[in-house]
Amino acid sequence: MKEKKERTLWNDGAKTVAASLLSILMGVVFGGLLLLLAALLLNNIPLSSAWEGFRIVLGGIFNTGRDYDRGSAITFGFNARLLGDMLFRGTPLIMTGLSVALAYKTGLFNIGAPGQYLMGTAASLMVALGMDTSVVPAPLVWLLAFCAAILAGALWGCIPGLFKAHLNVNEVITSIMTNWIAANLVTMLFDGSRFINNVDYGKTGYCLKTSSNGVATAKLGLDFGGSSANAGILIAVAFAVVTYVVINKTVFGYELRSCGSNKNAARYAGMNEKRNIVLSMAIAGGLSAAGAALYFLQGDVEFYWHTSMSLPATGFNGIPVALLASCSPIGCVFSGLFMAYLTISGSQLSNLTAYNEYIADIIVAVIVYLSAFTLFFKSLMDRKKAGKAGTPKSEPAPAAPAAETVGKEAQP
Amino acid sequence: MTFLLQQTVIYTVPLLLVALAGVFAERSGIINLALEGIMIIGAFAGAWFVRSMQVGGWNENLAQLLLLAAMLVTAAAGTLFSMLLSFSAVKMKADQTIGGTALNLLAPAVVLFLVNITFQQNTLNLRYDAPSWFMLFQTDFGFSRQTELGLVGDLLLNKTYLTTYIGILIYVVLSVILYKTRFGLRLRACGEHPQAADSVGINVYKMRHLGTAISGALAGVGGFIYSLTTSNGAANGDVAGFGFLALAVMIFGNWKPLNIAIVGTLFGLLKCISACSGTLDINGDGVYLLSQIGVSTYVYNMLPYVITLVVLAFTSKKSRAPKAEGIPYDKGQR
Repeated sequence: MKEKKERTLWNDGAKTVAASLLSILMGVVFGGLLLLLAALLLNNIPLSSAWEGFRIVLGGIFNTGRDYDRGSAITFGFNARLLGDMLFRGTPLIMTGLSVALAYKTGLFNIGAPGQYLMGTAASLMVALGMDTSVVPAPLVWLLAFCAAILAGALWGCIPGLFKAHLNVNEVITSIMTNWIAANLVTMLFDGSRFINNVDYGKTGYCLKTSSNGVATAKLGLDFGGSSANAGILIAVAFAVVTYVVINKTVFGYELRSCGSNKNAARYAGMNEKRNIVLSMAIAGGLSAAGAALYFLQGDVEFYWHTSMSLPATGFNGIPVALLASCSPIGCVFSGLFMAYLTISGSQLSNLTAYNEYIADIIVAVIVYLSAFTLFFKSLMDRKKAGKAGTPKSEPAPAAPAAETVGKEAQP
Repeated sequence: MTFLLQQTVIYTVPLLLVALAGVFAERSGIINLALEGIMIIGAFAGAWFVRSMQVGGWNENLAQLLLLAAMLVTAAAGTLFSMLLSFSAVKMKADQTIGGTALNLLAPAVVLFLVNITFQQNTLNLRYDAPSWFMLFQTDFGFSRQTELGLVGDLLLNKTYLTTYIGILIYVVLSVILYKTRFGLRLRACGEHPQAADSVGINVYKMRHLGTAISGALAGVGGFIYSLTTSNGAANGDVAGFGFLALAVMIFGNWKPLNIAIVGTLFGLLKCISACSGTLDINGDGVYLLSQIGVSTYVYNMLPYVITLVVLAFTSKKSRAPKAEGIPYDKGQR
């Protein structure tokens, strides 16, 4: 009996992965079709570039540009710079993905990641640029900036958590409000401040780089090929591992998951479900904000502070990262890197062809859309299996457990 | 003062339409987080249509007809796009929050992809200036340029858009339909207690599809009106969070059209102040009072969201949110 239960669990995990892969496959195929359609309809794009574009989307970081000696064909191979850039771009995505995933385990949909990310950005930049590195050593400033970001994000995440726990207001609604409050608040904080870059003429709306104050994440030799990669990716992976351990191996994590599966049952079992909801949102906020800090403390990225009209895409992209990983923290590392891979495909596409980088965003959006169908895909797989096994109706046993796996949580 | 009120009306009309769009979806039981995305699609479809007609040689004397046609086109575009949401939420019984988020990601990506690939830039502009084509002046209503119309007359008949009148008309008509007709009652029933609705023979799935479709049409038109009247009809895959502001209006207005009209006007005023506080001369004495107070424009931008949060904090117990919103209807679970 126990053996059988383990097998169904494993099957469920495999099916979840298969469903995610199916979403990715369909998203990429959709993107390819769109490229083809654009080539067919528009005169300025030859049909051959649709095939080129599709190969670039698939090739991603293994793209080595055009070889002009061989009729300017697109070439593929090992590209150290793009690999490093993928690691760097993936860093904040892993963190926002972890943020969404952790909240989801507690039954909360953290659409507030963009706001938390912005608060983290503002806090880390203000500390990193505002502290005098001739008085305080730069590594210490880095650490303080990182901690300030986490604190700011945690506080920002707390708000929807408190509303949810004590007033039973849907966290999605409050998160949307706090997102836009953050967007305006951050712009207001930077407006007219001394952190704005007025040195380079012709560039407005950007903050100073933290490297101008000597604060930058250690490279640890990861910046191969002139890429932006640094120790941040290691920190992000460490966060993923810690999150995995906390969720799956500790009492606190068990309480969070219990709240996620059934709030009332958790309370009945003596857990403080209100405290757990607030804590979960606070940790989620801290994770998003830490992602922002890891991105901007790299040293050479500039923050566009005039953000009152838009929210950072990295925050929203935490949702697809978490969904693709079925909210598994370790999975977030891979799906975060995959999203970064797609982003790089997009920028290569606009560098090398008449297409533009937005195709990557379209593919991501399609994947998110399809990932909501995970349950449907799974039941489809079950039906197929049942059909293979013989008469589907007379065999309720294999179908029943699959119907129970609502949500993507592993069973406690 | 007149300028302030005129601008407020310009911001309020699309805000109300999009908030009503939210009401129609939520009252039928579907959470429509995709309002922002649908607005973006509507603005894009409208810009595309008007531009192609202008390039095709549309007679400027028939500009108002073009505007009407554009409203129909944007409604159709919004409906089509919103069907992605109803397909996912009703047919596939998927998570509506995720579906809405996906559409919000999809809309700007699609618009920017298309605009970039055809025009090699991020913004799709109309061929001719939107105010010069579409704005109505008092001379259009038969008054001479010298006639003083007074505050109300100025507000109603000078520097307005046809879309304003139609928008208000649509708002009133649809609000009445929602509350005073059999269809409206059935739609609301599906958002409150779909099982009960089904038990008396109402097709819940159909009602939810319809509610989302109406929502899409309204949000599409709202997006077009917004871009036409505030940013010269340009489409750049962004409506600056206006869809989410409409969501805040809907929540603060407690899902009721009359309350929403009041809240929408208030938020429209705030939006207007934030947009033009530096150049706003309220009583016409040459003193820019609002910019002299020295409150940052971002504060006015932020206020609607802060107010909504505070209101939520105090009225959460009395919330009239549709009971069954966000829950996929399953016939088996009576």
